[in-house]
Amino acid sequence: MNAGTRSTPQAGNAAGAGLQVRQLALRFGGVHAIRDISFDVAPGEIFAIIGPNGAGKTSVFNVITRVFDPSAGSVSFDGVDITRIARHRVVTHGIARTFQNIELFEGATVLDNLMLGCHRFAEESFLGQCLWSKAVRQSQARLRAHVEEVIDLLDLAPHRNSLITGLPYGVRKVVELARALATKPRLLLLDEPASGLNPEETQDLAFWIDDIRSDLGITVVMVEHDMSLVSEVADRVLCMNLGEALSSGTPRQVQSDPKVIAAYLGGDSE
Amino acid sequence: MRFDYDTSYLDAKRLLRYPAQKLAYAALAILLLAAPWLLPKYYVGELTYLFIMAIASLGLMVLSGYTGQVSLGHAAFLAVGAYAHAWLLSQGAPWLLSIALATAISALVGLLLGLPAIRVSGLYLAMVTLAFAILIEHVLGRWKSVTGGFNGLPVGDPVILGANLSGLKSFYFLALISLVLTVAVLINLMRGKTGRAFVGVRDSEAAAASLGIWVAGYKVLAFVISAAVCGFAGALLAHHVRHITPEGFNLLLSLELVLMVTIGGLGSLRGAILGAFLIGMVPALISQIKPLLGDRIAKQFGLEIFFFGLILAIFVLFEPKGLNGRWLKVKAFFDTFPLYRKDVFRRGKTYMKSERYR
Repeated sequence: MNAGTRSTPQAGNAAGAGLQVRQLALRFGGVHAIRDISFDVAPGEIFAIIGPNGAGKTSVFNVITRVFDPSAGSVSFDGVDITRIARHRVVTHGIARTFQNIELFEGATVLDNLMLGCHRFAEESFLGQCLWSKAVRQSQARLRAHVEEVIDLLDLAPHRNSLITGLPYGVRKVVELARALATKPRLLLLDEPASGLNPEETQDLAFWIDDIRSDLGITVVMVEHDMSLVSEVADRVLCMNLGEALSSGTPRQVQSDPKVIAAYLGGDSE
Repeated sequence: MRFDYDTSYLDAKRLLRYPAQKLAYAALAILLLAAPWLLPKYYVGELTYLFIMAIASLGLMVLSGYTGQVSLGHAAFLAVGAYAHAWLLSQGAPWLLSIALATAISALVGLLLGLPAIRVSGLYLAMVTLAFAILIEHVLGRWKSVTGGFNGLPVGDPVILGANLSGLKSFYFLALISLVLTVAVLINLMRGKTGRAFVGVRDSEAAAASLGIWVAGYKVLAFVISAAVCGFAGALLAHHVRHITPEGFNLLLSLELVLMVTIGGLGSLRGAILGAFLIGMVPALISQIKPLLGDRIAKQFGLEIFFFGLILAIFVLFEPKGLNGRWLKVKAFFDTFPLYRKDVFRRGKTYMKSERYR
């Protein structure tokens, strides 16, 4: 079955088949970061992965974005198998991500960070760049126009020309989200988007995530600890513990699952 | 007070935005053009040397300042450029072809070093580049049939399209034009896709890869560009010293280049030039003030290295952003006068940054 999904994506669901993770495993020597995880995310869905620390949530993201090679299993997105593609090619398949501990380009301005988000759309030949040719200038103006749309969406206009080093934590989180959006993704992976945000910022984030799905039609997968945010925006939830899937379903179902409660609070789940 | 008022997306990328800037750079251009007639001969030669070192410093800045790759062996690229140029000239190649080939050969050596070197970073990269420099110095010393060994190699005159430019004034202008061209190309590259990708690779490899930047490819490209620019500088330096030996491209020169980019301010082309001028002037300045120091100090060996160390220590303590940082502060003072706030440039808190994706 594994081999079947990998080699023959059906023509019918090649476009818009969503994310399919099949029997994924990740081992570092004797440590099993992920054991046999399978899940599907439908196009236009908001899917949350929760679980205690060390459950393997971020590892799932890192396998999808090709930071790590999985020990077994496959990942496909929109009918294309992406289990073994080069790391910098992931974004060309329409997958963008943010990081748990903000990974912005600190020595650059917000604008340059977002322009880097458009890197794959830059049509600038090497010689053209040396000469600052008209084609290069046009390409940059085009990227800038796209970046401005993202800036409008996420209210970043006041910070446009600020260096990242001078920005408060909450704004950095938004800039990172904006940079991921600048890649024009179809699937957005958010790694703890609300960590370190105050309740007001978290509420803004909830609205944005909903907008990103409804207005831009982007599928969202997020790892999150803030259960109020998860139950507010997520359609479905997967709870992981020690590298295994414990439970999945609607936020309410998962939250009331005895196995999930046992994983968080300890106690006998049998 | 001055406000940036952009009316098009490319306004922010323009180089000379304000009348004051245009005036200042015009004045600088006139001064540089008139300098050979205004200054004593000795200083014209010194200025020529500073222009050439500024080109080399720009080359290292692309690698260290923009892409964040340390190199303690950049003198080797100057050596490759210098020897390739001198040898090609001795074989009768026309000057323009010879310098183009010397630049290309240096770029190729940069590629050959870059391919293995990008696998390591930080201290280990410093060791690899250092070993590379020592290796090149020894190859130049032993490969007698081409390099003349430790006796060195005489360098032919720069003759471009029949005009001999070895005179003091004409070589000054050759160096000046070379510097201006290098600056122009590098400014354009750094404000284009390549420069942005370099900064991305420097600040977060994990994020850069997730945005579709081929991290390894851009690191190698930085090595190649850097080596090409330094090779070009080396070829010009060969004309300046007229007789090249392997010792002329030793570890001290590599260290001087590192000092230039650090003291100039990492991540800025302006800094590379300012740093090159400050560090490049140190030996000349020392010989000027030697008579004032008294015999016991003046006759000490290694006075230059002492001053290099002193300058580095002062900058690391008081102006970590280098000469460029100081320049930006002075500029901000006038731009925002009378509302300048010192704390604007205070170093911000650094938040936790993950290293685990490297």
